[in-house]
Amino acid sequence: MDVVLLARLQFAITIIYHFFFVPLTLGLSLVVAILETIYVRTGKDVYKRMTKFWGKLLLINFAIGVVTGIVQEFQFGMSWSEYSRFVGDIFGAPLAIEALVAFFLESTFLGIWIFGWDKLSKGMHAATMWLVAIGSNISAMWILIANAFMQHPVGYTINNGRAELTDFAQVIFNLPIFSHYPHVFSAGLVTVAFFMLGISAYHLFRHNETELFKYSFRMAAIIGVIGTIAVGAIGHTQGQEINHTQPMKLASLEALFDTEDPASLSIITIKNPFTDALILDWRIPGGLSFMEYNRFTGEVKGINQLQAQYEQKYGPGNYVPPPVVLYWGFRAMVGAGMLMILVSLFALFIDLRNLYGKYPWFLKWLPLTIALPYLANSTGWIITEVGRFPWVVYELVKLEDGVSKAVTGGMLLTSLIGFILVYGLLIAATLYLMLKFAKAGPAVPADGPAEFTPSLVNPPESQ
Amino acid sequence: MTLNTLWFIFIAVLYTGFFVLEGFDFGVGILLPFLGKNDSQRRTIINSIGPHWDGNEVWLITAGGATFAAFPNWYATLFSGFYLPLFFILFGLIIRGVAFEFRSKDDNPRWRSLWDGCLFIGSLVPTILFPIVFSNLVRGVPIDANMQYVGGFFNLLNPYALLAALTITLLFILHGASFLSLKTTGEVEQRAKELVRWLWLLVALLLIIFLITSFIVTNFRERINVATVLFPVIGVAAIWIAGYFLRKGHFGRIFTMTCLTVASFVLTIFSLLYPRVMVSSLNPDWSLTIQNAASSFITLNLMTKVTLIFLPVVLLYQVWSYWVFRKRITGETDKLTY
Repeated sequence: MDVVLLARLQFAITIIYHFFFVPLTLGLSLVVAILETIYVRTGKDVYKRMTKFWGKLLLINFAIGVVTGIVQEFQFGMSWSEYSRFVGDIFGAPLAIEALVAFFLESTFLGIWIFGWDKLSKGMHAATMWLVAIGSNISAMWILIANAFMQHPVGYTINNGRAELTDFAQVIFNLPIFSHYPHVFSAGLVTVAFFMLGISAYHLFRHNETELFKYSFRMAAIIGVIGTIAVGAIGHTQGQEINHTQPMKLASLEALFDTEDPASLSIITIKNPFTDALILDWRIPGGLSFMEYNRFTGEVKGINQLQAQYEQKYGPGNYVPPPVVLYWGFRAMVGAGMLMILVSLFALFIDLRNLYGKYPWFLKWLPLTIALPYLANSTGWIITEVGRFPWVVYELVKLEDGVSKAVTGGMLLTSLIGFILVYGLLIAATLYLMLKFAKAGPAVPADGPAEFTPSLVNPPESQ
Repeated sequence: MTLNTLWFIFIAVLYTGFFVLEGFDFGVGILLPFLGKNDSQRRTIINSIGPHWDGNEVWLITAGGATFAAFPNWYATLFSGFYLPLFFILFGLIIRGVAFEFRSKDDNPRWRSLWDGCLFIGSLVPTILFPIVFSNLVRGVPIDANMQYVGGFFNLLNPYALLAALTITLLFILHGASFLSLKTTGEVEQRAKELVRWLWLLVALLLIIFLITSFIVTNFRERINVATVLFPVIGVAAIWIAGYFLRKGHFGRIFTMTCLTVASFVLTIFSLLYPRVMVSSLNPDWSLTIQNAASSFITLNLMTKVTLIFLPVVLLYQVWSYWVFRKRITGETDKLTY
């Protein structure tokens, strides 16, 4: 078995799975913290019930995010030990700092939040959720700093046969981080917005707990409009940054085989895979130049020219990330993003005009849109990481030089099958619980201390 | 003292923190099916570690991250060489972590027993495998001149490692039982105390056998110094003092002593290693050490500053979290969270 392929496949599966849960944690921990703060300030019971309802869904999501995160930290050493040896001097630091500064914070305070309802004052209890939200978001930032080094290595020198740190400030303030972090943060907002919109719509359609879910719907619609527009705007700057740092990724994202000036933007291009004949080609003239330079002219390099350039610089080999994956992945992400802008604008419109009764079909179908942010989150990372091909660290370490030497194909296959099985079990259990609690709605307005245990609370009447 | 030594000590402290804390919650997880005879007793047991297990586990994550940052070659050789044991440890930690959160979310008995099973297996597997990993670090494994592990999986399952696994597993069970005897009431408390009485002597004897074996199998004799003498002595003394408190019925002090025993044995392993981090059984010159496995001075210096600022903060809020939940878990199920 091909060790490089298996190691890549395992990394891809485990990290996509991990990132399935991360954006919701980033956004939802913030929302729950805000809700609990409103509850502390106003004393209104509905906000307490909202805190608990959305908090319970956060906990299910958080648990699975944590356990799949441990796998990532171990996997660099397990499957990619030569990579770890080569860049550990730089790459290890952000990971260690993430654990020490952020992960301890979120894990410890989440434990206190879950169990501390009747042990802490109201204000203190809300504060623990703020610490969880802050911890999660700082955590994401350090991981993105580590990833930025792989995309655009800076602040190092080659010494003793490895990359050694020269300037940590450069590593932290690395160019990609300025677009990646806001992009991921706003993707978290979009994810929580659609998660809340979908579940709220499900209940509003059934006239269940209308007051609570209208509040949730409004909050989600506002977050959704802000988040979707922000994520798109930041994505635009990210495209310009890629043109600067990773032109090959850009060419592959656009399936631009030959250099153009002005470069046209393909909306959808379909080719016959056997004959290369165009079946459909819908383009905006000068569109790609506009995306990269904010004017309708400007050269964008093509795959063929870049491949020749790379061969000259780094020797023979394939330097082209698969255009099919990147081109369609990118269009799936952007398509989902555009659709989400429209949906969240319409949701806000409905709420502001109080037209819930007028568009029942919208409420009925809204739960399905929960899939959209997940599609965009996954494809976004697939194009970012696959677009790095054939490098583990851009223009510094190739994939085959990064993989472990002590690990055999058999071992990788064992662990790969193991991960697929256990992750399959987990996703089934998570979906089952999410659906169960999302459908059941908030606990009946009980007084007294927090009760998260569903078995001990009367299940609310479902319609 | 050089920064390399300092980082070796930091990492030893992180693993010590991890094993002292996660040691008892692994033990509690293993005891779950045996001490919890019905659902409410099992919930009592789970809730005794409920607020803490996640924070405890972060010690491991931090230790892993610190090893990566400070000793990249150690991290690379260890994690790739011990690939399968680490995979099974991850497997255990995954099913265990979600079991805590998922178990209470449905009252179907089959759902609950599924996650009870995951909690048990997920606690038992890492408990057995961690000592196998650590004992092999000091015993020595085949590492070639290029810092690559060249042994197989079964190379790791040697008699010394298996003895370590047996000893430490029973120690963690004792540690978990003494924790439960403090945090629970009623039948669970009684059974936990009963178990401590039964298990104590066995663990105390096994620890001595393990030390004697270590003296024979590893190159202990060439490494006699303050640390390698002090830590085993403290460890053995602590477990025998625990026996004294057992006769007096002071269970709080027994727990203090099992904490001390676990800590001393982890530190014994690390002091036997120093200044190596992984011993090569092929050629002593090929061992990984705190010099040839380390990061550059710039990185170590940076990480030292970060750690000196943040580790005390972490310790403060973790201690606070134990203080918030210092009371016993009573059997009143309506007060339980999980």
